[in-house]
Amino acid sequence: MEKGTGGTKIMAVESEKKYAYFLGCLTPNRYPGIEYTTIEVFRRLGVEIVELKGASCCPAPGVFGSFDLFTWATIATRNLLIAERQGNNITMTCNGCYGSLQEANHLLHEKPELKERVNKILKEATGYEYQGTVEVKHTIEVLRDDIGFDKIRDAVVRPLTGIKVAIHYGCHFLKPSKVRKQGSSERPRVLDDLMEAIGAESVMYKDRNMCCGAGGGVRAQFKDVALDFTAEKIQNMLDASADVLTTPCAFCHFQFDVGQQELNKARGTNFNLPVVFYTQLIGLALGMSPLEMGLETHQTPVQSFFDKLGL
Amino acid sequence: MVLDKEKVVRVRDTKFLDDVIEIGEKIFPEIDKVRTCIQCGTCVGGCPSGRRTAWRIKTLFQKAMIGLKEEVLDTDDLWCCTTCYTCQERCPRGISTTDTVRVIRNVAFREGYAKKNHLFVCSLLFKFGHAVPINEPVKELRKKLGLSELPPTVHSYPEGLKEVNAICEKTGFKEIWEKQWKKAQEAQK
Repeated sequence: MEKGTGGTKIMAVESEKKYAYFLGCLTPNRYPGIEYTTIEVFRRLGVEIVELKGASCCPAPGVFGSFDLFTWATIATRNLLIAERQGNNITMTCNGCYGSLQEANHLLHEKPELKERVNKILKEATGYEYQGTVEVKHTIEVLRDDIGFDKIRDAVVRPLTGIKVAIHYGCHFLKPSKVRKQGSSERPRVLDDLMEAIGAESVMYKDRNMCCGAGGGVRAQFKDVALDFTAEKIQNMLDASADVLTTPCAFCHFQFDVGQQELNKARGTNFNLPVVFYTQLIGLALGMSPLEMGLETHQTPVQSFFDKLGL
Repeated sequence: MVLDKEKVVRVRDTKFLDDVIEIGEKIFPEIDKVRTCIQCGTCVGGCPSGRRTAWRIKTLFQKAMIGLKEEVLDTDDLWCCTTCYTCQERCPRGISTTDTVRVIRNVAFREGYAKKNHLFVCSLLFKFGHAVPINEPVKELRKKLGLSELPPTVHSYPEGLKEVNAICEKTGFKEIWEKQWKKAQEAQK
Protein backbone atom coordinates (compact mmCIF):
# COMPACT_ATOMS: atom_id res chain seq x y z
CA MET A 1 0.00 0.00 0.00
CA GLU A 2 1.39 3.32 -1.07
CA LYS A 3 1.53 5.91 1.69
CA GLY A 4 1.44 9.67 1.73
CA THR A 5 0.66 10.18 -1.94
CA GLY A 6 -1.82 12.98 -1.24
CA GLY A 7 -3.73 14.74 -3.96
CA THR A 8 -6.97 12.93 -3.16
CA LYS A 9 -8.51 15.53 -0.96
CA ILE A 10 -12.04 15.48 -2.26
CA MET A 11 -12.45 12.82 -4.92
CA ALA A 12 -12.19 9.16 -4.17
CA VAL A 13 -9.27 7.22 -5.54
CA GLU A 14 -9.67 3.82 -7.09
CA SER A 15 -10.50 1.47 -4.21
CA GLU A 16 -7.65 -0.84 -3.42
CA LYS A 17 -9.35 -2.38 -0.41
CA LYS A 18 -12.85 -3.52 0.27
CA TYR A 19 -14.56 -4.37 3.55
CA ALA A 20 -18.05 -5.41 4.56
CA TYR A 21 -19.35 -3.03 7.22
CA PHE A 22 -20.69 -4.96 10.19
CA LEU A 23 -23.15 -2.39 11.52
CA GLY A 24 -24.28 -4.01 14.77
CA CYS A 25 -27.08 -2.23 16.68
CA LEU A 26 -26.09 1.18 18.02
CA THR A 27 -24.52 2.47 14.81
CA PRO A 28 -27.43 1.96 12.38
CA ASN A 29 -30.29 2.09 14.90
CA ARG A 30 -29.23 5.06 17.06
CA TYR A 31 -26.33 6.87 15.34
CA PRO A 32 -26.75 6.51 11.57
CA GLY A 33 -24.53 9.61 11.30
CA ILE A 34 -21.64 7.38 12.34
CA GLU A 35 -22.58 4.89 9.62
CA TYR A 36 -22.83 7.54 6.91
CA THR A 37 -19.63 9.31 7.95
CA THR A 38 -17.57 6.14 8.19
CA ILE A 39 -18.57 5.00 4.70
CA GLU A 40 -17.80 8.46 3.28
CA VAL A 41 -14.48 8.84 5.11
CA PHE A 42 -13.37 5.44 3.85
CA ARG A 43 -14.50 6.26 0.32
CA ARG A 44 -12.44 9.45 0.37
CA LEU A 45 -9.43 7.51 1.61
CA GLY A 46 -9.76 4.82 -1.04
CA VAL A 47 -11.39 1.98 0.88
CA GLU A 48 -14.67 0.62 -0.39
CA ILE A 49 -17.35 -0.31 2.12
CA VAL A 50 -20.01 -2.83 1.16
CA GLU A 51 -23.13 -4.00 2.98
CA LEU A 52 -23.17 -7.12 5.11
CA LYS A 53 -26.62 -8.31 4.14
CA GLY A 54 -28.78 -9.81 6.87
CA ALA A 55 -26.32 -9.50 9.76
CA SER A 56 -27.79 -9.37 13.26
CA CYS A 57 -26.66 -8.14 16.68
CA CYS A 58 -23.04 -9.26 17.08
CA PRO A 59 -24.36 -10.42 19.80
CA ALA A 60 -23.05 -8.21 22.62
CA PRO A 61 -20.10 -10.03 24.22
CA GLY A 62 -20.67 -9.01 27.83
CA VAL A 63 -24.43 -9.36 27.59
CA PHE A 64 -25.26 -12.46 25.56
CA GLY A 65 -21.82 -13.85 26.34
CA SER A 66 -22.87 -13.66 29.98
CA PHE A 67 -26.13 -15.52 29.31
CA ASP A 68 -24.99 -18.35 27.06
CA LEU A 69 -21.51 -18.41 25.57
CA PHE A 70 -22.26 -21.15 23.06
CA THR A 71 -25.29 -19.31 21.65
CA TRP A 72 -23.26 -16.10 21.61
CA ALA A 73 -20.46 -17.80 19.65
CA THR A 74 -22.90 -19.38 17.20
CA ILE A 75 -24.75 -16.13 16.38
CA ALA A 76 -21.40 -14.33 16.04
CA THR A 77 -20.24 -17.05 13.65
CA ARG A 78 -23.43 -16.67 11.60
CA ASN A 79 -22.37 -13.04 11.06
CA LEU A 80 -18.88 -14.19 10.04
CA LEU A 81 -20.46 -16.75 7.72
CA ILE A 82 -22.39 -14.04 5.85
CA ALA A 83 -19.11 -12.22 5.17
CA GLU A 84 -17.43 -15.46 4.09
CA ARG A 85 -20.20 -16.24 1.64
CA GLN A 86 -20.00 -12.68 0.27
CA GLY A 87 -16.23 -13.01 -0.02
CA ASN A 88 -15.45 -10.01 2.19
CA ASN A 89 -13.50 -9.26 5.32
CA ILE A 90 -15.29 -7.38 8.10
CA THR A 91 -14.82 -3.98 9.69
CA MET A 92 -16.91 -2.15 12.29
CA THR A 93 -17.41 0.97 14.41
CA CYS A 94 -18.21 -0.64 17.75
CA ASN A 95 -15.85 -2.29 20.22
CA GLY A 96 -18.60 -4.64 21.34
CA CYS A 97 -19.09 -5.92 17.79
CA TYR A 98 -15.33 -6.15 17.39
CA GLY A 99 -15.12 -8.03 20.69
CA SER A 100 -17.72 -10.58 19.64
CA LEU A 101 -16.64 -11.21 16.06
CA GLN A 102 -12.89 -11.06 16.61
CA GLU A 103 -13.10 -13.26 19.66
CA ALA A 104 -15.48 -15.80 18.12
CA ASN A 105 -13.16 -16.02 15.10
CA HIS A 106 -10.18 -16.50 17.42
CA LEU A 107 -11.88 -19.14 19.58
CA LEU A 108 -12.95 -21.16 16.53
CA HIS A 109 -9.32 -21.23 15.39
CA GLU A 110 -8.12 -22.18 18.87
CA LYS A 111 -10.72 -24.82 19.56
CA PRO A 112 -11.60 -27.04 16.59
CA GLU A 113 -14.13 -28.92 18.69
CA LEU A 114 -15.97 -25.64 19.36
CA LYS A 115 -15.96 -24.89 15.64
CA GLU A 116 -17.45 -28.30 14.98
CA ARG A 117 -20.26 -27.79 17.50
CA VAL A 118 -21.00 -24.27 16.22
CA ASN A 119 -21.04 -25.47 12.60
CA LYS A 120 -23.43 -28.29 13.42
CA ILE A 121 -25.99 -25.74 14.65
CA LEU A 122 -25.23 -23.31 11.81
CA LYS A 123 -25.70 -26.00 9.18
CA GLU A 124 -29.13 -26.82 10.60
CA ALA A 125 -30.14 -23.17 10.99
CA THR A 126 -28.71 -21.70 7.77
CA GLY A 127 -27.69 -24.59 5.55
CA TYR A 128 -24.03 -23.54 5.59
CA GLU A 129 -20.88 -24.02 7.64
CA TYR A 130 -18.21 -21.44 8.42
CA GLN A 131 -14.79 -22.31 7.03
CA GLY A 132 -12.89 -19.67 8.99
CA THR A 133 -11.50 -17.50 6.18
CA VAL A 134 -12.81 -14.10 7.28
CA GLU A 135 -10.54 -11.46 8.77
CA VAL A 136 -12.12 -9.18 11.39
CA LYS A 137 -10.65 -5.69 11.63
CA HIS A 138 -11.75 -2.72 13.67
CA THR A 139 -12.00 0.44 11.52
CA ILE A 140 -9.00 1.71 13.52
CA GLU A 141 -6.93 -1.15 12.08
CA VAL A 142 -8.10 -0.40 8.54
CA LEU A 143 -7.17 3.29 8.96
CA ARG A 144 -3.80 2.37 10.46
CA ASP A 145 -2.77 -0.63 8.37
CA ASP A 146 -4.56 -0.36 5.02
CA ILE A 147 -4.67 3.42 4.64
CA GLY A 148 -1.93 4.69 6.93
CA PHE A 149 -2.00 7.82 9.07
CA ASP A 150 0.38 9.62 6.67
CA LYS A 151 -2.19 9.41 3.93
CA ILE A 152 -4.87 10.70 6.30
CA ARG A 153 -2.60 13.58 7.32
CA ASP A 154 -2.13 14.45 3.64
CA ALA A 155 -5.87 14.41 3.01
CA VAL A 156 -6.72 16.86 5.81
CA VAL A 157 -8.25 20.13 4.58
CA ARG A 158 -9.59 21.38 7.93
CA PRO A 159 -7.02 20.55 10.61
CA LEU A 160 -8.54 20.42 14.11
CA THR A 161 -5.88 22.79 15.39
CA GLY A 162 -6.26 23.87 19.00
CA ILE A 163 -8.90 21.25 19.78
CA LYS A 164 -8.31 19.27 22.96
CA VAL A 165 -9.65 15.76 22.51
CA ALA A 166 -10.30 13.38 25.39
CA ILE A 167 -9.91 9.92 23.90
CA HIS A 168 -11.86 7.03 25.35
CA TYR A 169 -10.45 3.85 23.80
CA GLY A 170 -13.11 1.61 25.28
CA CYS A 171 -12.37 -1.80 26.73
CA HIS A 172 -13.00 -4.36 24.04
CA PHE A 173 -10.81 -2.86 21.32
CA LEU A 174 -7.73 -3.45 23.49
CA LYS A 175 -8.66 -6.24 25.88
CA PRO A 176 -8.10 -9.10 26.39
CA SER A 177 -4.77 -8.09 24.85
CA LYS A 178 -3.67 -11.71 24.33
CA VAL A 179 -6.58 -12.14 21.93
CA ARG A 180 -6.87 -8.63 20.44
CA LYS A 181 -3.11 -8.16 19.91
CA GLN A 182 -3.35 -4.35 19.79
CA GLY A 183 -0.28 -3.76 21.94
CA SER A 184 -0.36 -2.35 25.45
CA SER A 185 -3.80 -2.10 27.00
CA GLU A 186 -2.40 0.11 29.77
CA ARG A 187 -0.76 2.71 27.51
CA PRO A 188 -2.44 2.64 24.10
CA ARG A 189 -1.17 5.09 21.46
CA VAL A 190 -2.93 4.42 18.17
CA LEU A 191 -5.79 6.92 18.55
CA ASP A 192 -3.45 9.54 19.99
CA ASP A 193 -1.41 9.25 16.81
CA LEU A 194 -4.54 9.42 14.69
CA MET A 195 -5.79 12.56 16.49
CA GLU A 196 -2.39 14.12 15.97
CA ALA A 197 -2.60 13.28 12.24
CA ILE A 198 -5.80 15.35 11.92
CA GLY A 199 -4.29 18.24 13.86
CA ALA A 200 -6.01 17.78 17.22
CA GLU A 201 -4.36 17.54 20.61
CA SER A 202 -5.02 14.45 22.70
CA VAL A 203 -5.26 15.39 26.38
CA MET A 204 -4.32 12.99 29.14
CA TYR A 205 -6.79 12.68 31.98
CA LYS A 206 -7.12 10.69 35.16
CA ASP A 207 -8.09 7.03 34.68
CA ARG A 208 -8.17 7.34 30.92
CA ASN A 209 -8.46 3.59 30.40
CA MET A 210 -11.41 3.19 32.71
CA CYS A 211 -14.59 1.64 31.31
CA CYS A 212 -17.58 3.85 30.35
CA GLY A 213 -19.75 1.72 32.64
CA ALA A 214 -22.27 0.43 30.11
CA GLY A 215 -20.86 -3.01 29.29
CA GLY A 216 -21.54 -6.46 30.62
CA GLY A 217 -25.29 -5.86 30.89
CA VAL A 218 -24.69 -3.30 33.66
CA ARG A 219 -26.47 -0.49 31.82
CA ALA A 220 -29.48 -2.73 31.21
CA GLN A 221 -29.83 -3.92 34.80
CA PHE A 222 -28.18 -1.29 37.02
CA LYS A 223 -28.26 1.97 35.10
CA ASP A 224 -27.29 4.06 38.13
CA VAL A 225 -24.07 2.03 38.49
CA ALA A 226 -23.27 2.50 34.78
CA LEU A 227 -23.91 6.24 35.04
CA ASP A 228 -21.67 6.48 38.07
CA PHE A 229 -18.75 5.28 35.91
CA THR A 230 -19.74 7.79 33.23
CA ALA A 231 -19.91 10.70 35.67
CA GLU A 232 -16.41 9.96 36.95
CA LYS A 233 -14.97 9.76 33.44
CA ILE A 234 -16.68 12.93 32.20
CA GLN A 235 -15.52 14.85 35.28
CA ASN A 236 -11.94 13.67 34.72
CA MET A 237 -12.10 14.79 31.09
CA LEU A 238 -13.50 18.19 32.05
CA ASP A 239 -10.78 18.59 34.68
CA ALA A 240 -8.27 18.16 31.85
CA SER A 241 -10.00 20.98 29.86
CA ALA A 242 -11.19 18.71 27.06
CA ASP A 243 -13.25 20.35 24.27
CA VAL A 244 -14.62 17.11 22.92
CA LEU A 245 -14.84 13.43 23.83
CA THR A 246 -14.16 10.85 21.16
CA THR A 247 -14.37 7.07 21.10
CA PRO A 248 -14.13 4.26 18.53
CA CYS A 249 -17.07 2.39 20.10
CA ALA A 250 -20.70 3.14 19.26
CA PHE A 251 -21.87 1.74 22.60
CA CYS A 252 -19.45 3.89 24.63
CA HIS A 253 -20.46 6.82 22.39
CA PHE A 254 -24.11 6.17 23.26
CA GLN A 255 -23.34 5.88 26.98
CA PHE A 256 -21.43 9.17 27.04
CA ASP A 257 -23.81 11.08 24.79
CA VAL A 258 -27.10 9.93 26.35
CA GLY A 259 -25.56 9.28 29.78
CA GLN A 260 -24.56 12.92 30.35
CA GLN A 261 -28.17 14.02 29.86
CA GLU A 262 -29.42 11.20 32.08
CA LEU A 263 -26.96 12.32 34.76
CA ASN A 264 -28.06 15.93 34.46
CA LYS A 265 -31.65 14.82 35.00
CA ALA A 266 -30.98 12.36 37.82
CA ARG A 267 -28.31 14.25 39.71
CA GLY A 268 -28.72 17.86 38.71
CA THR A 269 -25.25 17.99 37.19
CA ASN A 270 -24.45 20.18 34.23
CA PHE A 271 -22.42 17.83 32.03
CA ASN A 272 -22.32 18.97 28.42
CA LEU A 273 -19.06 17.68 26.96
CA PRO A 274 -19.65 17.20 23.21
CA VAL A 275 -19.35 13.57 22.09
CA VAL A 276 -18.14 13.14 18.52
CA PHE A 277 -17.31 9.72 17.11
CA TYR A 278 -13.70 9.30 16.02
CA THR A 279 -14.57 8.83 12.33
CA GLN A 280 -16.71 11.98 12.57
CA LEU A 281 -13.64 13.92 13.74
CA ILE A 282 -11.76 12.54 10.74
CA GLY A 283 -14.72 13.50 8.53
CA LEU A 284 -14.58 17.08 9.80
CA ALA A 285 -10.84 17.19 9.13
CA LEU A 286 -11.42 15.87 5.61
CA GLY A 287 -13.89 18.69 5.00
CA MET A 288 -17.25 17.00 5.54
CA SER A 289 -20.02 19.23 6.87
CA PRO A 290 -21.41 18.68 10.39
CA LEU A 291 -24.92 18.46 8.98
CA GLU A 292 -24.23 15.54 6.67
CA MET A 293 -22.79 13.66 9.67
CA GLY A 294 -25.93 14.14 11.78
CA LEU A 295 -23.93 15.72 14.59
CA GLU A 296 -26.77 18.06 15.56
CA THR A 297 -28.87 15.03 16.52
CA HIS A 298 -26.56 13.94 19.36
CA GLN A 299 -28.24 14.16 22.76
CA THR A 300 -25.43 16.24 24.24
CA PRO A 301 -25.11 19.47 22.23
CA VAL A 302 -21.96 19.79 20.12
CA GLN A 303 -22.23 23.56 19.51
CA SER A 304 -19.42 24.52 21.92
CA PHE A 305 -17.08 22.29 19.92
CA PHE A 306 -18.20 23.85 16.62
CA ASP A 307 -17.67 27.33 18.08
CA LYS A 308 -14.14 26.38 18.98
CA LEU A 309 -13.60 25.04 15.45
CA GLY A 310 -15.11 28.20 13.96
CA LEU A 311 -17.94 26.34 12.22
CA MET B 1 -20.14 -18.19 72.43
CA VAL B 2 -23.38 -19.83 71.33
CA LEU B 3 -23.75 -20.13 67.58
CA ASP B 4 -27.09 -19.76 65.93
CA LYS B 5 -26.82 -22.71 63.60
CA GLU B 6 -29.70 -21.51 61.45
CA LYS B 7 -27.62 -18.53 60.49
CA VAL B 8 -24.10 -19.85 60.12
CA VAL B 9 -24.60 -23.13 58.29
CA ARG B 10 -23.99 -22.65 54.60
CA VAL B 11 -24.84 -25.25 52.01
CA ARG B 12 -21.74 -26.30 50.14
CA ASP B 13 -21.63 -27.90 46.73
CA THR B 14 -18.05 -29.12 46.46
CA LYS B 15 -18.51 -29.92 42.77
CA PHE B 16 -19.53 -26.38 41.85
CA LEU B 17 -16.14 -25.20 40.58
CA ASP B 18 -15.69 -28.44 38.61
CA ASP B 19 -19.02 -27.78 36.89
CA VAL B 20 -18.05 -24.20 36.10
CA ILE B 21 -14.74 -25.30 34.60
CA GLU B 22 -16.37 -28.08 32.60
CA ILE B 23 -18.73 -25.58 30.97
CA GLY B 24 -16.02 -22.96 30.49
CA GLU B 25 -13.55 -25.38 28.92
CA LYS B 26 -15.91 -25.94 26.03
CA ILE B 27 -15.43 -22.29 25.02
CA PHE B 28 -12.14 -20.96 26.45
CA PRO B 29 -8.67 -22.45 26.69
CA GLU B 30 -7.13 -22.64 30.19
CA ILE B 31 -10.27 -21.67 32.09
CA ASP B 32 -9.18 -24.14 34.83
CA LYS B 33 -6.47 -21.67 35.85
CA VAL B 34 -9.03 -20.15 38.22
CA ARG B 35 -8.02 -22.96 40.60
CA THR B 36 -4.63 -21.28 41.02
CA CYS B 37 -6.09 -18.03 42.44
CA ILE B 38 -4.06 -16.94 45.46
CA GLN B 39 -6.51 -14.26 46.62
CA CYS B 40 -3.89 -11.53 46.15
CA GLY B 41 -6.52 -8.89 45.33
CA THR B 42 -4.86 -7.40 42.24
CA CYS B 43 -8.19 -7.90 40.45
CA VAL B 44 -10.21 -6.03 43.06
CA GLY B 45 -7.59 -3.26 43.22
CA GLY B 46 -8.12 -2.34 39.57
CA CYS B 47 -11.85 -3.01 39.38
CA PRO B 48 -13.82 0.14 38.49
CA SER B 49 -17.09 -1.51 39.47
CA GLY B 50 -15.76 -2.54 42.86
CA ARG B 51 -15.05 1.12 43.61
CA ARG B 52 -18.76 1.84 43.66
CA THR B 53 -20.55 -1.47 44.30
CA ALA B 54 -20.22 -4.48 46.58
CA TRP B 55 -18.81 -6.54 43.69
CA ARG B 56 -15.53 -8.25 44.70
CA ILE B 57 -14.25 -10.58 42.04
CA LYS B 58 -11.72 -12.35 44.26
CA THR B 59 -14.49 -13.10 46.75
CA LEU B 60 -16.49 -14.64 43.94
CA PHE B 61 -13.59 -16.99 43.15
CA GLN B 62 -13.06 -17.82 46.81
CA LYS B 63 -16.72 -18.66 47.29
CA ALA B 64 -16.74 -20.70 44.08
CA MET B 65 -13.69 -22.64 45.27
CA ILE B 66 -15.26 -23.63 48.56
CA GLY B 67 -18.54 -24.48 46.84
CA LEU B 68 -20.84 -21.72 48.05
CA LYS B 69 -22.92 -22.06 44.94
CA GLU B 70 -26.07 -20.23 46.03
CA GLU B 71 -24.11 -17.28 47.35
CA VAL B 72 -22.27 -17.01 44.07
CA LEU B 73 -25.28 -17.33 41.80
CA ASP B 74 -28.10 -15.66 43.73
CA THR B 75 -26.77 -12.11 44.01
CA ASP B 76 -26.87 -8.77 42.21
CA ASP B 77 -23.12 -8.40 42.70
CA LEU B 78 -22.33 -10.98 40.02
CA TRP B 79 -24.02 -8.72 37.45
CA CYS B 80 -22.08 -5.57 38.39
CA CYS B 81 -19.03 -6.53 36.29
CA THR B 82 -18.90 -4.49 33.07
CA THR B 83 -16.47 -7.03 31.53
CA CYS B 84 -13.80 -4.32 31.15
CA TYR B 85 -11.02 -6.94 31.43
CA THR B 86 -8.76 -4.76 33.61
CA CYS B 87 -8.41 -7.61 36.12
CA GLN B 88 -7.76 -10.21 33.45
CA GLU B 89 -4.94 -8.06 32.04
CA ARG B 90 -3.32 -7.73 35.45
CA CYS B 91 -3.83 -11.10 37.14
CA PRO B 92 -0.34 -12.30 38.19
CA ARG B 93 -1.53 -15.90 37.85
CA GLY B 94 -2.68 -15.37 34.28
CA ILE B 95 -6.23 -16.38 35.16
CA SER B 96 -8.90 -15.50 32.61
CA THR B 97 -10.81 -13.72 35.35
CA THR B 98 -13.39 -11.87 33.26
CA ASP B 99 -14.05 -14.88 31.06
CA THR B 100 -14.56 -16.96 34.21
CA VAL B 101 -17.12 -14.41 35.39
CA ARG B 102 -18.92 -14.83 32.08
CA VAL B 103 -18.95 -18.62 32.54
CA ILE B 104 -20.29 -18.32 36.11
CA ARG B 105 -22.99 -15.95 34.83
CA ASN B 106 -23.90 -18.61 32.24
CA VAL B 107 -24.45 -21.05 35.11
CA ALA B 108 -26.56 -18.45 36.96
CA PHE B 109 -28.65 -17.84 33.85
CA ARG B 110 -29.17 -21.56 33.33
CA GLU B 111 -30.15 -22.16 36.92
CA GLY B 112 -32.85 -19.52 36.96
CA TYR B 113 -31.04 -16.49 38.37
CA ALA B 114 -31.25 -14.30 35.27
CA LYS B 115 -32.05 -10.64 35.90
CA LYS B 116 -35.35 -9.21 34.70
CA ASN B 117 -33.94 -6.54 32.38
CA HIS B 118 -31.55 -9.05 30.87
CA LEU B 119 -34.47 -11.33 30.04
CA PHE B 120 -36.04 -8.33 28.30
CA VAL B 121 -32.88 -7.70 26.24
CA CYS B 122 -33.10 -11.34 25.10
CA SER B 123 -36.69 -10.78 24.01
CA LEU B 124 -35.46 -7.94 21.76
CA LEU B 125 -32.92 -10.23 20.14
CA PHE B 126 -35.58 -12.85 19.44
CA LYS B 127 -38.08 -10.32 18.14
CA PHE B 128 -35.82 -8.03 16.11
CA GLY B 129 -32.41 -9.70 15.84
CA HIS B 130 -30.97 -6.56 17.46
CA ALA B 131 -30.46 -5.84 21.15
CA VAL B 132 -31.14 -2.21 20.21
CA PRO B 133 -33.73 -2.17 17.41
CA ILE B 134 -34.55 0.75 15.11
CA ASN B 135 -37.21 3.34 16.01
CA GLU B 136 -39.23 5.89 14.05
CA PRO B 137 -37.08 9.02 14.66
CA VAL B 138 -33.95 7.14 13.59
CA LYS B 139 -35.71 5.87 10.45
CA GLU B 140 -36.39 9.51 9.56
CA LEU B 141 -32.82 10.52 10.33
CA ARG B 142 -31.48 7.69 8.17
CA LYS B 143 -33.51 8.95 5.22
CA LYS B 144 -32.36 12.52 5.85
CA LEU B 145 -28.74 11.38 5.77
CA GLY B 146 -29.31 9.58 2.48
CA LEU B 147 -29.18 6.10 3.98
CA SER B 148 -31.80 3.40 3.49
CA GLU B 149 -34.72 3.75 5.91
CA LEU B 150 -33.91 0.34 7.37
CA PRO B 151 -30.28 -0.77 7.65
CA PRO B 152 -29.21 -3.77 5.52
CA THR B 153 -29.26 -5.97 8.62
CA VAL B 154 -31.88 -8.48 9.80
CA HIS B 155 -34.17 -5.44 9.84
CA SER B 156 -34.21 -5.70 6.02
CA TYR B 157 -33.84 -9.47 5.79
CA PRO B 158 -36.55 -11.31 7.76
CA GLU B 159 -35.11 -14.71 6.78
CA GLY B 160 -31.98 -13.69 8.71
CA LEU B 161 -34.07 -13.12 11.82
CA LYS B 162 -35.50 -16.63 11.40
CA GLU B 163 -31.96 -18.01 11.32
CA VAL B 164 -31.04 -16.19 14.53
CA ASN B 165 -34.11 -17.63 16.23
CA ALA B 166 -33.41 -21.11 14.88
CA ILE B 167 -29.92 -20.92 16.43
CA CYS B 168 -31.35 -19.87 19.81
CA GLU B 169 -33.82 -22.75 19.69
CA LYS B 170 -31.30 -25.38 18.64
CA THR B 171 -28.81 -24.44 21.38
CA GLY B 172 -31.59 -24.66 23.98
CA PHE B 173 -31.09 -21.01 24.95
CA LYS B 174 -34.61 -19.95 24.08
CA GLU B 175 -36.14 -22.65 26.26
CA ILE B 176 -34.06 -21.61 29.28
CA TRP B 177 -35.06 -18.00 28.66
CA GLU B 178 -38.76 -18.76 28.14
CA LYS B 179 -39.27 -20.38 31.54
CA GLN B 180 -37.76 -17.42 33.38
CA TRP B 181 -39.41 -14.84 31.16
CA LYS B 182 -42.85 -16.33 31.89
CA LYS B 183 -42.08 -16.39 35.60
CA ALA B 184 -40.90 -12.78 35.57
CA GLN B 185 -44.01 -11.66 33.72
CA GLU B 186 -46.31 -13.53 36.08
CA ALA B 187 -44.53 -11.96 39.04
CA GLN B 188 -45.18 -8.56 37.54
CA LYS B 189 -48.91 -9.24 37.32
